[in-house]
Amino acid sequence: MTAASPRGGESPVIAVSGLRKSYGEHEVVRGIDVEVHHGEIFAFLGPNGAGKTTTVEILEGYRSRSGGEVRVLGADPADADGGWRARIGLVLQSCTMPAELTVRELVELYAGYYPHPREAKETIELVGLTDKRDARTSQLSGGQLRRLDVALALIGDPELVFLDEPTTGFDPGARHHAWEVIANLRGLGKTIFLTTHYMDEAQTLADHVAVIVAGEIVAEGTPATLGGRDRELSDISFTLPAGAAVASLPGELASLARLREDGRVHMSIGDPAGALHALSGWALERGEGLGDLTVGRPTLEDIYLRLTGEQEHPQ
Amino acid sequence: MSRRAVFAHQFRSDLERFWRNPQSRYFTVLMPIVFLVIFATIFKGTTIADGHRIKITTFYVPGIMALGIISASFVNLTQTIVTQRENGEYKRLRGTPLPAGIMIGSRAAVGVVVAVAMSALLLLIGKLAYDVRVPQSTMLGLVVTVVLGAAAFSCVSFAVSTRIANAEAAAPAINITVLPLYFISGVFVPETQIPRFLRDIATVFPIRHLAKALRGTFVQTHGSGIATGDLAAILAWGILGLLVAARTFEWSPRGD
Repeated sequence: MTAASPRGGESPVIAVSGLRKSYGEHEVVRGIDVEVHHGEIFAFLGPNGAGKTTTVEILEGYRSRSGGEVRVLGADPADADGGWRARIGLVLQSCTMPAELTVRELVELYAGYYPHPREAKETIELVGLTDKRDARTSQLSGGQLRRLDVALALIGDPELVFLDEPTTGFDPGARHHAWEVIANLRGLGKTIFLTTHYMDEAQTLADHVAVIVAGEIVAEGTPATLGGRDRELSDISFTLPAGAAVASLPGELASLARLREDGRVHMSIGDPAGALHALSGWALERGEGLGDLTVGRPTLEDIYLRLTGEQEHPQ
Repeated sequence: MSRRAVFAHQFRSDLERFWRNPQSRYFTVLMPIVFLVIFATIFKGTTIADGHRIKITTFYVPGIMALGIISASFVNLTQTIVTQRENGEYKRLRGTPLPAGIMIGSRAAVGVVVAVAMSALLLLIGKLAYDVRVPQSTMLGLVVTVVLGAAAFSCVSFAVSTRIANAEAAAPAINITVLPLYFISGVFVPETQIPRFLRDIATVFPIRHLAKALRGTFVQTHGSGIATGDLAAILAWGILGLLVAARTFEWSPRGD
């Protein structure tokens, strides 16, 4: 694995090497290396039970580790103090907000814990809760509560923000709003450590992605290059016109084409332009339009499913 | 902000939350007043307490005062601690620079302040409605007993909260403990009507000592009103609670 290759000149915000965590006999984190650099959004992906939350909670200072080195903002989270906590912001996987307080009261309460807090009003605006600032938290929707949680994570004006599955359970509209908020944080120069199991979330937000499976990091890179995604072949597929045989396709296409169970011909091609040129010539000659022709690239989700061994539709 | 300013900041918020919570208002504030009025209306005449013949209302005012203190600093506090822990509030706060001592100390202080306010309110109602008075000489003893009792029950509350797994279980678990003790500890029923073996059982627990120490400040005709033996027993429970809590207190929800 290539975690050690530096992505920035300065020392990393998070540096983890050989991190291990065991509960009794069971080792849930098996020697992982992670580096997160200043100002980037780092997405930590993995199926449930892969060791994601355990790792995050070690970085946040909630859990002890069994082995390895961990540095977060230059300190070991295991013996971090209030000064260190003032520099990080947290959104935990779940937290019920005090029902008796309003949005503004809660944000102002948290502001009082930090030496140099952001302005409450502006922070509420940043997460889009200005309309709800005088509402009790018991009157907020799930998505609004999560945004309030983000406001509480930001009120101390942290350098590093941990977001543990920040959009789980959101409807698509709320998710896109949350993405805007997170993208805004990057604009503020924050470093963000995000865990998620939504590939579109990682694709949209992350500068760097690492995938953890069964306590080990199995792939790492940018969303575009993860798992060799950029070097993958393109998939061309269409429905074979009536009366045509796979063997009648021109040139090498005949040998590359496979008729699959979905009734469509699929071809994995390194040079989609040339193949399409040959294919369209062949179709025009026959007077066919190939109306359902598609050209696809493997999505981050395809790569992820392959890495995590969760392919639901083996082909 | 200084430590003191952070404490004041947290305390104001915790007090506000207490007051806005309907369960706190009804069970902790209103219920003791209702109990005092009901008991004082149903039962008439006199009783003998600690060797003095006293009006039945002079028995009930300190008794319900004990109930009010325990409601604020034990029943309500324990429910709040368990609920906030299980909601993940403490875990989240542990991720901020707020010192842990202020986090729970401030909420305990709310319990003590409410206990003092409830005692004053019950004293006032006793005086105006039933002409029950505390001698000037024992007034300081009464204040000391209320504050010490509330502080000690807060400490016991921290210890007990660690034994309760979830918020739903908190109210039944606490009430099944305190309600029978109210009956045998001289809170609901004059002690002359309680069999000796039940009184002996009650003596092990702090409720009887608190009720007795409070009652002493109403019935004593001389002395400071400080019941050294009872206060020592209450203090011992408080210290025991604190020691247990220091070893077993949890910040994260169960199963986390």
